[in-house]
Amino acid sequence: MADVVTKGHPLTTLDRVVIRFAGDSGDGMQLVGDRFTASSGLFGNDLATLPDFPAEIRAPAGTVAGVSAFQIHISDHDIFTPGDHPDVLVAMNPAALKAHIVDLQPGALLLLNSDAFDDRALQKAGYLTDPRSDRSMDAFNVYEVPMTSLTLEAVKPSGTKARDAERSKNFFALGLVSWMYSRPPEPTLDWINKRFAGDDRAMVREANSLAFKAGWNFGETAEIFQSQYEVKPAKLPAGTYTNISGNTALAWGIVAAGHLAKLPVFLGSYPITPASDILHELSKHKNFGIRTFQAEDEIAGVSAALGASYAGSLGVTTTSGPGLDLKTEALGLAISLELPLLVIDVQRGGPSTGLPTKTEQGDLLQAVYGRHGEAPLPVVAAITPGDCFYMAIEAVRIALKYRTPVILLSDGYLANGAEPWPIPDVEQLADLSAELNFATEPNKVMADGSAVFWPYLRDPETLARPWALPGTPGLMHRIGGLEKADGSGNVSYDPVNHELMVRLRAQKVAGIAGDIPPVELDDPDGLGGAELLVLGWGSTYGAIQAAARAVRGSGRRVAHAQLRHLNPFPANLGQIVKAYESVLVPEVNLGQLRKIVRSDFLVDAQGLNKVNGLPFRRVDIELAIISQLDALHHGAGRRQNNGHSEEQK
Amino acid sequence: MTDLAVPVTTRKDWSSDQEVRWCPGCGDYSILTAVQLLMPELGAKREDTVFVSGIGCSSRFPYYMNTYGIHSIHGRAPALATGLAVVRPDLHVWVITGDGDALSIGGNHLLHALRRNVNITIILFNNQIYGLTKGQYSPTSEAGKVTKSTPFGSLDYPYNPVSLALGAEASFVARTHDLDRKHMMEVFRRAYEHKGAALVEVYQNCNVFNDGAFETITAKDNRASMLVPLEHGKPVRFGPDGEKGVIIAENGSAVIVDVAEVGEERILVHDESRPDPSLAFALSRLATGPYSPTPIGVLRAVDRPDYGSLAQDQLVAAAARKGPGDLAALLRSGTTWTVE
Repeated sequence: MADVVTKGHPLTTLDRVVIRFAGDSGDGMQLVGDRFTASSGLFGNDLATLPDFPAEIRAPAGTVAGVSAFQIHISDHDIFTPGDHPDVLVAMNPAALKAHIVDLQPGALLLLNSDAFDDRALQKAGYLTDPRSDRSMDAFNVYEVPMTSLTLEAVKPSGTKARDAERSKNFFALGLVSWMYSRPPEPTLDWINKRFAGDDRAMVREANSLAFKAGWNFGETAEIFQSQYEVKPAKLPAGTYTNISGNTALAWGIVAAGHLAKLPVFLGSYPITPASDILHELSKHKNFGIRTFQAEDEIAGVSAALGASYAGSLGVTTTSGPGLDLKTEALGLAISLELPLLVIDVQRGGPSTGLPTKTEQGDLLQAVYGRHGEAPLPVVAAITPGDCFYMAIEAVRIALKYRTPVILLSDGYLANGAEPWPIPDVEQLADLSAELNFATEPNKVMADGSAVFWPYLRDPETLARPWALPGTPGLMHRIGGLEKADGSGNVSYDPVNHELMVRLRAQKVAGIAGDIPPVELDDPDGLGGAELLVLGWGSTYGAIQAAARAVRGSGRRVAHAQLRHLNPFPANLGQIVKAYESVLVPEVNLGQLRKIVRSDFLVDAQGLNKVNGLPFRRVDIELAIISQLDALHHGAGRRQNNGHSEEQK
Repeated sequence: MTDLAVPVTTRKDWSSDQEVRWCPGCGDYSILTAVQLLMPELGAKREDTVFVSGIGCSSRFPYYMNTYGIHSIHGRAPALATGLAVVRPDLHVWVITGDGDALSIGGNHLLHALRRNVNITIILFNNQIYGLTKGQYSPTSEAGKVTKSTPFGSLDYPYNPVSLALGAEASFVARTHDLDRKHMMEVFRRAYEHKGAALVEVYQNCNVFNDGAFETITAKDNRASMLVPLEHGKPVRFGPDGEKGVIIAENGSAVIVDVAEVGEERILVHDESRPDPSLAFALSRLATGPYSPTPIGVLRAVDRPDYGSLAQDQLVAAAARKGPGDLAALLRSGTTWTVE
């Protein structure tokens, strides 16, 4: 078995690089991206990733619609986004080139699988002329590498048939890029050995290893690359790290929440993109006492979870937009029953089936308001993949303490994106079991002296109702979706009682504002120091933070606050938004948070909105901040539109 | 069969303090009475009993039982009860539902609860009408039914709930009716004792919107000739003098015959424990509705592992294989690296 060659090339040190792998959806680009991510994390870089793939499992081969891509940003310093523009594009076929060349800036490096550029493939991709010969790529450093044929040649010793051998070309590409950026080859080779362990997969294992090494050695020996690059390890805070995606972090957060509350977890879920991986991950961990139930539909998923909650488990349901629609009625029931329930919505492009694999923040108003009647529930959102872990625990804390369903919003970007995550010390995570406080005794003495249990006799402080588990002698009670009498919980159609109950349920949720951390303000000059506040929520955190730092780097002042708690808002939010002359709210929707902020605080917040299935780039927000600051300085100001938002693209 | 450890209860112990609010004369009263009378006989504990219902007249049932209970949303009771029963095998979970709730809006959940064999006891009140919404046709109403929403007659072909349950391979399927308390109690007892999903269809009269729907077969004078009682291990015979019987014809369908004509030895001997549900299904097709001789009693009762036990087994097996869950180890289960 040939080993990797290292004979030494000039080494150029970069502080950061953005690499995008693009190919057909059957080409294994996501796998290559994952592997490059793993070895970069292990190497010590800070990193952020952006997988971007079509909804179809195998879209028509060779077409632009069928292109699957994975972008990774690696650096020797703290970074916040997967990068605005790729410095390197690996295009496995003409369609991949066509789909992604628009994102390249002059000087970018282009690595083409030249074997794939035949007439038929060019035609399928919609090219009238071969882009390699029509000067359309003159602005880039183009390297043509016959990856398919080199792979076929390299894997011959494994005895793999040509058709199967061709499938290892993604490992050739990975080997080559790993060489270019001085990634250690061992982690990938070890991974191949583990992933394809066993005699029955010996041939695949051998072929992938050979292809990877061939790619590496091609870089080393072909002498077409002038230099090898390195991106040194980042100076991340001390700790033990692992790469984590948002979906894995949510799953682990649920495991942790069950552990911290000493409650068995019950997940009722129906497969849906991009949330299914949470179900997959949790279903592996039955030794934690976690029951995963793949229900017959979204409604059954949430209903079963609610039934499990009633019986004393931690009921959880996971979904995406179309599923949240279906769960709506059950959420109303959960609000009426006042039982803990965690609902995770991994948002994707909507309406309807929309863009299943693309990210969007379009469900905020649905989460906060989208039920009939006055039906308030707490809503929280995670801001990074790693934050998903903590927000799952926070959502469960609120759900248990206040006996309420809680919606946790993630999105496709967080779900599939990965970042290095400092692994927390489990001992330091707050215990949640004190929030349970199950009822064991009657709580009400009647006029005749008899002691009874009233399921809606609330805790005066939290307004949470007592939670008596079935099986507890003497506390038998009936609850349901009909309006209940305050205290006794008996069915009541009394209009005065109904108004009281509506107000109590609203007060209970509003009161949570006093029990959540204040929103953190990032303004180097202190509250109100800058003229402009950029207010984001959820997954826009990285792009806003990167943009704010860039703007400050050019000597201008801007503040940033990122919301995790969306209903109720942190108690200090009003003070913060009113302290700034101008407030900019970037969202991957048409202005949902902006609408709530404007109505809650009577602040003329401006929107920066996009819904193209992709997260914000740093530059999008940076330009909007600069233009907003310029407008303030030129006196034209935000009021020129008379309160109507200026949609900035 | 009373467990000495269980305190002796009476019907009163099982009645909640809430006023029962069905229309006077509703068949629901007799079903409630049958259940409340049966509970002390079963030696059940109130705190270990949960009634879950959906929406409809019958779904108010849990409010009248002094047990744990949830009056949930339309059609979803089997789904909610699934979560409940799976996490708490120590409880006895009943589902109270109606023909609209179970077979129309909640049809999907009923099928899957039966297919999975979740350990729940389902009582389906079939009155062949929508009562709570004041008289529209239901999925069990006879075709051509004239109601408020079908002034020219309904076009829908009705379900036979028992056939449906057998089609889903439910492990326990039975039918009874609201005018025979003794029969109801016996069937409910069998359903209660069954481990797994049990479905009992109860022909229940709605005296306001569909009065007399079952009279053809359940009126006192008609019962002997119109109800076909099924008893395990006994020939399927009915009629005032047992002169009628059921045979399985060569084409596989169940046929009513004069016993004297075919001879006693040809009469089908009911075997509720047959693994293959097709014979039970054939029996369920004897009548297309409550207008001709209709089988009542237990059509099918077979042993099949229940979903909750299987789920529990997986937890135990996983813990035995991997050891109890270790959160710190889980968080380190991927590739890790340390920054000094």
